[in-house]
Amino acid sequence: MTRAQIEGRLDLDTETYQALVDHARSDFPFEVCGLLAAHEGRLAKHFEIPNAARSMTYYNMDPKAMLHAMNEIDDQGWDLLAIYHSHTHTEAFPSATDVELAFYPDAVYLIVSLQDAESPVIRGFDIVDGRITERAVYVDGSQAPVGNR
Amino acid sequence: MAIEVRVPTILRKHTDGERMVSGDGQTLAQLIEDLDARHPGMRDALVDAEGQLHRFINVYVDDEDVRFLGGLHTPLADGDKVSILPAVAGG
Repeated sequence: MTRAQIEGRLDLDTETYQALVDHARSDFPFEVCGLLAAHEGRLAKHFEIPNAARSMTYYNMDPKAMLHAMNEIDDQGWDLLAIYHSHTHTEAFPSATDVELAFYPDAVYLIVSLQDAESPVIRGFDIVDGRITERAVYVDGSQAPVGNR
Repeated sequence: MAIEVRVPTILRKHTDGERMVSGDGQTLAQLIEDLDARHPGMRDALVDAEGQLHRFINVYVDDEDVRFLGGLHTPLADGDKVSILPAVAGG
């Protein structure tokens, strides 16, 4: 398992955690993607955004769906908590492309790995100026599994 | 003539933190020049050395991605709403 320095944590509720896994499984073997918005520290809305690339190794959020979601987040005064996507065949760690294209330094980048189909893994990262640090992901107060590969 | 421009977080360092600014121009290229005059750094954030929109910057007029309109030559009119969003993509 590839590691990065742990700095901080990200809290999710079970329902959201499960929704991310379900979304990742829904278009297997293709990558899925989406956004989580928060308000005053609580999850406000989960946006599933179509992957315009519909690829097993790449995602590119559908520009129009992303615009609508981002505008809603902005208009409601919410924060962009997280940007997530799935890795269907590799571990939950940012790829070189993920780092190169990380244009939202304020968001946590969540990766849902289905590498082990029976035991999905979600890990969270801050990617700022090419530097990766990891958030410990907690689900209803308990640390989420990080996988063993 | 004023065009409302929605600025993403990553570019608000150029706009004193403002999420909405206004500018003028009859085309997107002119608007970007005007924005850069008011908020230095905006041009380089949006346009590459070859004078094309950065590949991973999406610009929309109202709801439409300018890549499907006329790119930097997209005509603008008073009251148009322009949104700038870096792509969300990866591997």
